[in-house]
Amino acid sequence: MRYLPKSPADRETMLRDIGAKSIDDLFAAIPGEYRLNRDLKIPRQYGESEIVEFFRERAANSAQGFATFLGAGAYSHYRPVVIDSLVSRGEFFTAYTPYQPEIAQGTLQSIFEFQTMICELTGMDVANASMYDGSTGAAEALMMAARITGKSKCAVASTVHPEYREVITTYTRYQGMPITTFGYAKNGRVDLDTLDMAVDDDTAGVLIQSPNFFGTIEDVAALADIVHSKGALLIVSIAEAVSLGIVKPPAEADIVSMEAQSFGVPLGFGGPYCGVIATKEKFVRQMPGRLVGEARDKQGRRGFVLTLSTREQHIRREKATSNICTNQALVALMCSIFMSVYGREGLKELATQNLAKANFAARRFKQAGATVLFDGAPRFNEFVIQTKTDPYAINDKLLQQKIIGGFPLKKFYPELDNAALWCCTETTTRASIDAAAKEVAL
Amino acid sequence: MNPNAKIKKAATHISQNEGLIFEKSAPGKKAYKLPPLDVPEVDPAELLGDHMRNDLGELPEVSEIEIIRHYTRLSTWNYAVDHGMYPLGSCTMKYNARVNEYVARLMGLAEAHPYQPERISQGALRILKMLSEQLIEITGMDAITLQPAAGAHGELTGILMVRAYLESRGNPRKKILIPDSAHGTNPATAAMSGYTVENIKSNAAGMVDIASLEAQVNQDVAALMLTNPNTLGVFEQQIHKIADVLHARGALLYMDGANMNALVGKVRPGDFGADVMHLNLHKTFSTPHGGGGPGSGPVACKKALAPFLPAPVVIQKRDGTLGFDYNRPKSIGRVRMFYGNFGMHVRALAYIMANGPDGLRQTTEDAVLNANYIRKKLEGYYELPYATPTMHEVVFSDHKQTPKGLRTGDIAKRLIDYGFHPYTVSFPLVVHGALMIEPTESESKEELDLFIDAMKAIAEEAEHDPERIATAPHNTRISRLDEVSAARKPVLRWKPQTEAVAK
Repeated sequence: MRYLPKSPADRETMLRDIGAKSIDDLFAAIPGEYRLNRDLKIPRQYGESEIVEFFRERAANSAQGFATFLGAGAYSHYRPVVIDSLVSRGEFFTAYTPYQPEIAQGTLQSIFEFQTMICELTGMDVANASMYDGSTGAAEALMMAARITGKSKCAVASTVHPEYREVITTYTRYQGMPITTFGYAKNGRVDLDTLDMAVDDDTAGVLIQSPNFFGTIEDVAALADIVHSKGALLIVSIAEAVSLGIVKPPAEADIVSMEAQSFGVPLGFGGPYCGVIATKEKFVRQMPGRLVGEARDKQGRRGFVLTLSTREQHIRREKATSNICTNQALVALMCSIFMSVYGREGLKELATQNLAKANFAARRFKQAGATVLFDGAPRFNEFVIQTKTDPYAINDKLLQQKIIGGFPLKKFYPELDNAALWCCTETTTRASIDAAAKEVAL
Repeated sequence: MNPNAKIKKAATHISQNEGLIFEKSAPGKKAYKLPPLDVPEVDPAELLGDHMRNDLGELPEVSEIEIIRHYTRLSTWNYAVDHGMYPLGSCTMKYNARVNEYVARLMGLAEAHPYQPERISQGALRILKMLSEQLIEITGMDAITLQPAAGAHGELTGILMVRAYLESRGNPRKKILIPDSAHGTNPATAAMSGYTVENIKSNAAGMVDIASLEAQVNQDVAALMLTNPNTLGVFEQQIHKIADVLHARGALLYMDGANMNALVGKVRPGDFGADVMHLNLHKTFSTPHGGGGPGSGPVACKKALAPFLPAPVVIQKRDGTLGFDYNRPKSIGRVRMFYGNFGMHVRALAYIMANGPDGLRQTTEDAVLNANYIRKKLEGYYELPYATPTMHEVVFSDHKQTPKGLRTGDIAKRLIDYGFHPYTVSFPLVVHGALMIEPTESESKEELDLFIDAMKAIAEEAEHDPERIATAPHNTRISRLDEVSAARKPVLRWKPQTEAVAK
């Protein structure tokens, strides 16, 4: 087996040194009746060229070369080449969690930089080293709000990504945290009346998403006033990180839970992505997940360490803020490199291109005869259109032109009938917008 | 004598200094060039009004070469599997095959959108299906979900399934039993699932004590979370008896698969009575640790628990194509959006294919051989608290070195000077001053011998020059960091100098 570095003679020598007659001696602890005395029924050993060929075929059979108008929590942005060059360095991707800081400063410093960049972008004071993804991050942010306030009830906007809401339901079910949902108004934003009804003095946290699942940008400052007046914390989920290049950060929130996939992470059929939680300094001791902090060695040199670990499971066990251990470190590194490439000016330029493409497409679809829903509030790179035809039928026609159409909303929002959520990024071409406009007109 | 004389594996060399990326930033530097817009430009202020952002604060402005050098320099400060043996116990730091990285980045897989229609996602679905089937065969279970993103996430999924199953039979029960040698994630998971935790003690052999287990399992116990082999590297020889005790009283056996690298191809948890378990693809199935993640923690279970698996699951539809089944009324629900860390699924499948049944078995045998070899060679130099046979990892203690004022953490730091990543320090908690060593199958005899020599040299140093160990490491860029001050006054982000001074 080509990954194993021992010759048969090495194995013999080692067994002899141990004092074992054969390898079976070393497995004697396993009672005979449970031992597997046959080969596993899995395919035979493949050569490397066969493995590559196998996956090439699977790749060719996975929408290779299609243009896409899908967003809905996973965004198709261009990934600068330097990202993969750098994360492919074995020193990064074959390293473990940086528990030994003297030989893990590369990972530690890069996480410290990630935390700093996320703080700058979100307007928060502190950010953690990453969560699994935006959905679990949102659930953990609500649990964090419950710990901070000592209350248990939570309210979640129906315009938070429906799959995030499903995860929240699973996570909170046995924690004594009842969840209520509040709706959206005609302009696609949070409906203030239903919000008012959903929040009371016992509410720990209120979760909204902005831009929300319909692409609409929420009035975070106004919502924060309402939520804070009832003594609850406001949690803002951000699923499309590139929006932060041109949309005001939710600085009025108490906790921001973000999915950073848009920052240079491959769509990859849904993962791995990169969640992250950011918050105000005063709440840091209730944060889940790893944190990197600055430290000094005996000679006074700057270095970085994992810190405040008394929040975590390996120290606090059942009293920890979360059970999370492994996170998404290498994906966070991809995000850091992406943020470094675009930086202070580039991210704004990139976000503005997204805004322009989506604005153009929405106008084009409207001219073609589709109805743009929720037109009364600002949006970023996604918008909802209502068509006369079933959006699945429209998408079938577009597929023949190697275009993947918008996300039909009736699966999650039956009341929206023939509505679909369309996304344009900097990678969307005018030609594909024109082609799609023809189909949505029908 | 030259204190470095016995260091064979490593020498110091020039290492580049590098500040924070923010410290290289200057207005006007760029590492990007966007193509011209092919649609009319827009005025963001007009579209966004009050919601427009004007300033991106302290995000850096740097050029491409500076980015390459920045992260390359940082990378050289890390130790990695690619440098050498990484004997962290229970972490299974094995070789991360390059072909896995290559195939995971193939365009159709890396660019597949999770919501693209199923009929144009057959390749990706086939990968999920094949990996599922092969992991089911490897574990001896009946069904599986690939959705959990990491081991602890798998634990949560599995315990929620236990809860849902017991609830469906009328009583979710109250407690989870956890051995004192367990990972911290186990009790933390139990708490997140609404259970209280009750510890069970190990016996003198380092195994679950059947008599105390029998005394503790009652109608309130939902499950026992058991790592097998446990964190002492010991196979629970009475595993079936353990399962019987639990099953007889309506409780379930949850197996933490962190140490599955000792079992693959040799014994299957489904055959010895486990009801539900998670796997760590980033341990046993060679997907890279990435400096802390991403991982993947599939959960496999017996038939009775299958209805409770998270939705969706991959199925073969009537027309023969593959698709997702969302209609799972008894499911615990989703634990993650989309379908899990798919990129890790691709890598794990490539690993299994590269091995085949014979390769997987040989891998397990070599992992166990390596641990036993280290044990044999270091016995006498370090205290072995349990004489019970070792599987894939061996646990020593610092008992012989403590009279010199040295602890396991000190020995670990000196090992860094010798060119190795330390073993796992002070875990499992049942061993006072533990040195937990897991070599994995990826080490050659030469590398193992270098490690053994280093450990022996340190044991000798402990006798005549303990101070050198107590103040180690000496050959690194930085010495031990003041973690206490770092936690007392946490600095968790960079701030521009002027602002910091003003404060």
